[in-house]
Amino acid sequence: MIDISPSVMQFLLAFVVVGPLLGAAAALLPAPPGLKGKSPDQAVRRHAVTVTGAVLAAAVVLALGFDHHQPSRMQATTDIPWIPALDVRIHLGIDGISLPLVVLTALLTFLCALHSYFSPPPGPSPKAFTALLLVLEAGTLASFAVLDLLLFFLAFEMVLIPMYFLIARWGGAGRRAAAWRFILYTLLGSVVMLLGLLLIGLRAGTFDMVALATDNGRSLTVSVQVIAVLAIGIGLAVKTPMWPLHSWLPDAHTAAPTVGSVLLAGVLLKMGTYGFVRIVLPIAPDGMRVFAPYLAALAVIGIVYGSLACLSLARTGAGGDLKRLIAYSSVGHMGFVLLGIATMTPTGVNGALFANIAHGLITGLLFFLVGAVKERYGSADLDTLAGAAGAALYGRAPRLGGLFAFAAVASLGLPGLAGFWGEMLALFGAFQPAEGLSRPAFLTFTAVGAFGTLLTAAYLLVVVRRLCMGGEPAALAQETYRETAGGPAPASDAAAGRDPAPRRAPVFAPLADIRPYEAAAWAPLAALTVLAGLWPAVLLGLTDPAVQQLLAGGNQ
Amino acid sequence: MTAATAAAQAVANAAAAPADLVQTVDWTAVAPPVIAAAVALLVLVADLFVPPERRRLLGWAAIAGLAAAMLALLPLRAGDRSTFCLTTDPATCSYTADHFTLAVQFLVLGGALLTALLSLTETAPGRRGESGLPAGEYWFLLLSSTAGTALLPASRDLATLVVALEVASLPAFALVGLRRGDRLSGEAALKFFLSSVTATAVTLLGASFVYAVTGTLHLTGIAEALPDAPDQLATLATAGVALTLVGFAFKTAAVPFHFWVPDTYAGAPLPVAAYLSVVGKAVGFTGLVLVAVVAFPAYADVWGPALAVLAALTMTAGNLAALRQSATRALSAVRLLAWSSVGQAGYLLVPVAAAAYTGAAAIGSTIAYALMYAVVNLGAFTVVALVARTRPAKRIADFRGLYAARPGTALAMAFFLLCLAGLPPGIIGLFAKVTVFSAAVDAGLGWLAAIMAVNVVLGLYYYLRWTAVLFRAPAPAASPEPVLATPAGPGNGASATAAAPGNGALATAGNGTLATAPAPASTPPKDSAAPVPLPLAAALVLTTVAAVALSGYPQLILTFAARSLF
Repeated sequence: MIDISPSVMQFLLAFVVVGPLLGAAAALLPAPPGLKGKSPDQAVRRHAVTVTGAVLAAAVVLALGFDHHQPSRMQATTDIPWIPALDVRIHLGIDGISLPLVVLTALLTFLCALHSYFSPPPGPSPKAFTALLLVLEAGTLASFAVLDLLLFFLAFEMVLIPMYFLIARWGGAGRRAAAWRFILYTLLGSVVMLLGLLLIGLRAGTFDMVALATDNGRSLTVSVQVIAVLAIGIGLAVKTPMWPLHSWLPDAHTAAPTVGSVLLAGVLLKMGTYGFVRIVLPIAPDGMRVFAPYLAALAVIGIVYGSLACLSLARTGAGGDLKRLIAYSSVGHMGFVLLGIATMTPTGVNGALFANIAHGLITGLLFFLVGAVKERYGSADLDTLAGAAGAALYGRAPRLGGLFAFAAVASLGLPGLAGFWGEMLALFGAFQPAEGLSRPAFLTFTAVGAFGTLLTAAYLLVVVRRLCMGGEPAALAQETYRETAGGPAPASDAAAGRDPAPRRAPVFAPLADIRPYEAAAWAPLAALTVLAGLWPAVLLGLTDPAVQQLLAGGNQ
Repeated sequence: MTAATAAAQAVANAAAAPADLVQTVDWTAVAPPVIAAAVALLVLVADLFVPPERRRLLGWAAIAGLAAAMLALLPLRAGDRSTFCLTTDPATCSYTADHFTLAVQFLVLGGALLTALLSLTETAPGRRGESGLPAGEYWFLLLSSTAGTALLPASRDLATLVVALEVASLPAFALVGLRRGDRLSGEAALKFFLSSVTATAVTLLGASFVYAVTGTLHLTGIAEALPDAPDQLATLATAGVALTLVGFAFKTAAVPFHFWVPDTYAGAPLPVAAYLSVVGKAVGFTGLVLVAVVAFPAYADVWGPALAVLAALTMTAGNLAALRQSATRALSAVRLLAWSSVGQAGYLLVPVAAAAYTGAAAIGSTIAYALMYAVVNLGAFTVVALVARTRPAKRIADFRGLYAARPGTALAMAFFLLCLAGLPPGIIGLFAKVTVFSAAVDAGLGWLAAIMAVNVVLGLYYYLRWTAVLFRAPAPAASPEPVLATPAGPGNGASATAAAPGNGALATAGNGTLATAPAPASTPPKDSAAPVPLPLAAALVLTTVAAVALSGYPQLILTFAARSLF
C-alpha cells in the first residue's frame, strides 16, 4: 500500500524474527537506569509490552509495505548462508500466505503481553515469564517467515521449551503432567517430521522451500513423496492437532495460564496447518494426493468428535471445564482447516487459511474471556459457574457477557463474522475436490462436516445459555441445582428458579465488568473478527494468488 | 603376544627390503601425542623433586603441556602428513595425520585439557582434611592416557592401534581406582579393568586372525587383501573381523558391553568420569571407525547391519536406564550422565553404520557429533563438580534452586542439557543430531532413524526434567529430604546389585568428603557464598563460550560432516 524500499522491508522482517530473541536476552539482564519503573517486576513486564509492541509495529509496517498487487511473490527476502555443511541458509521471506499469520502472531503476543502487564499470572518471577514469552514469539514468527526446511524445523522446535515452562510454571491444576504431555507429543511428532524433511532435502538436493515448491515434486519419486508426506504429516498433525493425535491439547489448554492458552490456540496450532500448506502441498503433491482422503476423513472425524466432546462437557452435571471445552472446540475448528487443505483445491486451501486466521482471532478472544471469568469466579468449571440456573453474565457483567456471546456466535460460524467464511469455503472445496481425489468420498466428508457445524452451533449455544443467561442469586441457584442434579431438562430448572425471586436489588452478586485494560486487549480481536467477516476479500485477496501459485508449481 | 610377534615380523619384512634402513621421522606430524607423553614423564619425574606444597605447579605444567600439544596441531592443519611409512611402499604408513586424525586429536587433547582444569581442585591437598588425589601419579596417568588416545586415530596398522589402545586404557584403570581407601573407587576400577582386558584380548585374537588371513598389519593393506582372501580362510577372516570389532565396541560402551559404565563413572573421581565419558568414548569410536571403515570395507555388508543394530540397542538401553534414575539417590547426577553417555554413544555409532552403505564420508557426522558432545558433556560435568563442592552427594535433587543461587551457572547447565537433548536453544545439539539423522536417512537406514527419533524423545524427558529442577525454588531448609540408601531402592537393571554396596560405602565411608552425604539437605545452602575456584570457572567459561559459539555458527564443527576426512 505504501512504498517502502526493499532493504527496509528486509530489515523489518529480520527484526520481526530476531527482535523478540534480543528482547528475551535483555529481559534477563537488570533494567538499565531510567527504565527501572516502580519495581523490577513492573519494569520487566513493561519491557515485554515494549518489545512485543515494537514487533507488532514492524509487522504492521511490513503489511503496509507489502506489495498487495503481487501477493504470490516472496517479498522482503533475505538469503544468506549459515551452515554450508548442511546447506542451511537463513532464507526469510513473506508472501500472501505467511503475512496474515505473521501479523496475527505479533498482534496476539502483544495483546498477551498487555494483558499480563495488568494482570500478571500467578507464579514465579515475571522476568522468566517475559523471556519465555518473547522466545515463544520469536519461534512462532520465525516458523512463518523462514523458507528453509531445516530452519523451519528449528523454529518449530524453538517454541517447545518456552511453552513447556509457561505451562509447567505458571499453569493451573495438573500443570506438570499436562506440560510433559504437550512437549513429549509434539517433540515425537516433530522429530518424525525432521526425518521427512531430511528425506525430501537429501533426495531433492536442496532444503530451500522456494526452489522445492517451484520444482513441485518433480525431482522426487512418488514413493519418496509418500514416505515424506507420512512423516511430515504426522509431525504437523500432532501440532495442528488432528484427531486422534489431539489428546495433548485439552490438558495443555486446561492447565496453561490464560496467556499460554491464547498463544497456544491462537498461533501455535497454526504452525501445523501452515506447514501443510507451505511444505506438504507444493513440495510433495503426489504423496499428498495419496493421503488426502485419509486426512480429510480424520479431519471430519475431528470435527464431529470435537463437537460431541464439547456437547458432553456442556451438559449440566458433567463438570466441564470451560477451557477444556474451548480446547475441544479447537479440535473441531482445526478439522475444518485440515479438510480444506485435504481438498487440494484453491477454494479449499483458501478456506483453510481463512479459517486459520479466524480461529486465531476468535479462539484467542474466547480464551481471554474464559480467563477473565475464571479470574472473577475463581473457577472455570461450568457447573460451579452456572449451577443449574445459569451464571447470568448478562445481568452481572453485561459487557463481559455480551462479548462472550459475540465470540461464541462468531466461533459457531455465523455469517457476517470471521468464523463463517473459512468453514464455508472448506466445505465448498470438499464438494468439488481436486482431480484425482474421489468425489463421492469427499461428498460424504462435506455432509459430515456440515453436520458438524450444526453440532458446533448446538454446544456453543448451550454454553452461552448456561454462562450468560439465568436469573438467580447464587445461593438459590445452588439449591435448585441440588434438587435437580442430573435432571434431564436444564431449561425447566431455569424456568423453575425464576418465579420465587422477586426483583430486588441487588439480585446479582456484584461482579467486575470489563476493565479498561481488558477492553484494550480484546477490542482489536473483536474488531478484526467483524472486519474479516464483513470484508473477507482483505484476507482472500492476499492468500488466493499465493495459493494458486503454490498449487500450480511454486512461488517465484 | 600375537600382535607383538606379528609386529616384529612386519618390521622384519620392512627391514629386509633393500632400501635405506634408517627412516626419517616427521617429528612435526607426531608432535601432538609425543608432547603429551613427554610432559607425562616430565611430571612424573618432577613429582619426586617438587615439595608437596608446590605440587599445584605440576597440574599447571600438565595443562601447559596439553595446550602445547594442541598448538602442535596447527602446522598439521593441511592434513597431508604421514610418517613411519614402508620403505618399499611410501604410500603405506603407520602414522597418518589426515583430517580425521586431527579432528579426533583436537577433541582428545581439548577434552583432556578441560579434564585437567576440573582435576586441579581434586588434586589440591587439604580440602576438607583429605589428602586429595596424589598429584604426580594423577597427572602422569592422565597425560599418558591422553597420549595413547591421541596416537590412536593416527595409527594405520593393527599393531600400533592395539598399542595405542593399551596406552590409552591402562592408565585409565589406575585413574579410576586412584582414590585411596575408597571401596567404591576400587571396585569400579576392578570392574573396568576386568571387562576392558577381556575386550583387549578379544581384539588381539581378532587382529591375529586378520593378520593370518591377509599377511599384513597395515589397514590399507588389509582392505586390499581381504576381498582376495583364499576361500578356506573365509571363516577365519570373518571371525577375525568380528572379534576385532567387538573389542572396540566395548570401548565405545556399546550394548551389550556397556554394563561397566555406570558403576565405573560413579566410583571414579568426578574428573576421571568426565574424561572417560568424552576421551574414553573417542578411543572406542575412532578405533571402530579405523578398523571398520578403513580396514574392513570388504565386509561392510556384515558390520554395517551389525553396527546399526548395536547403535539402536545402545541408544535405547542407555536412554531407558537414564530415564529410571531417581533424582534423590546419591550420585544420581553422575549416574544419569553415565547412562546418557551410553545413549549418546548409540548416536555416535549411527553414522559409522551408515558408512557401510554410503562410504567413509558419513564418518564426518560422527566427528561433528562427538565434538559437540565433548563440549557440552564436559560442561555438564563441570557444573556437577561445581555443585558437588557444596553438596557432595551429587544428586540431581541437589541442583534444585541452582538458578536462585547462581543464575549464570544454572543457565549454562540448562544450555548444556538442552544441547544434549538437541532442542533449541541448544542449536548445536539440534544440528549435530540433524547430521546424524541425515547420515542415516541418506544410507537408507530409515528404521534406525525412527528408533533414534524415539530415543531423542526419551532423552528429552530426563534432560528436561533435570533442567526444570534447576529453576525450581530452593528447597526449604526445614524439610530435609531422605537420601535413598536402601539396598532395595529403585535400582536400574545391571547396576542395582552394585549400587547397594556403593551406597553402603557412602554411608560408612571414613573419609570426610562423603560423610556428609546422608544429610546434605540439613546443611544450609551456602552456594552463593562459596567462591568458585579459578580452574573450575575457567572450564565453565571455556565450555559455555564454545557451546554458545557453536550454536551461533554450527558450521565450525559441521564442516567435518560435509567432506571426506580420510
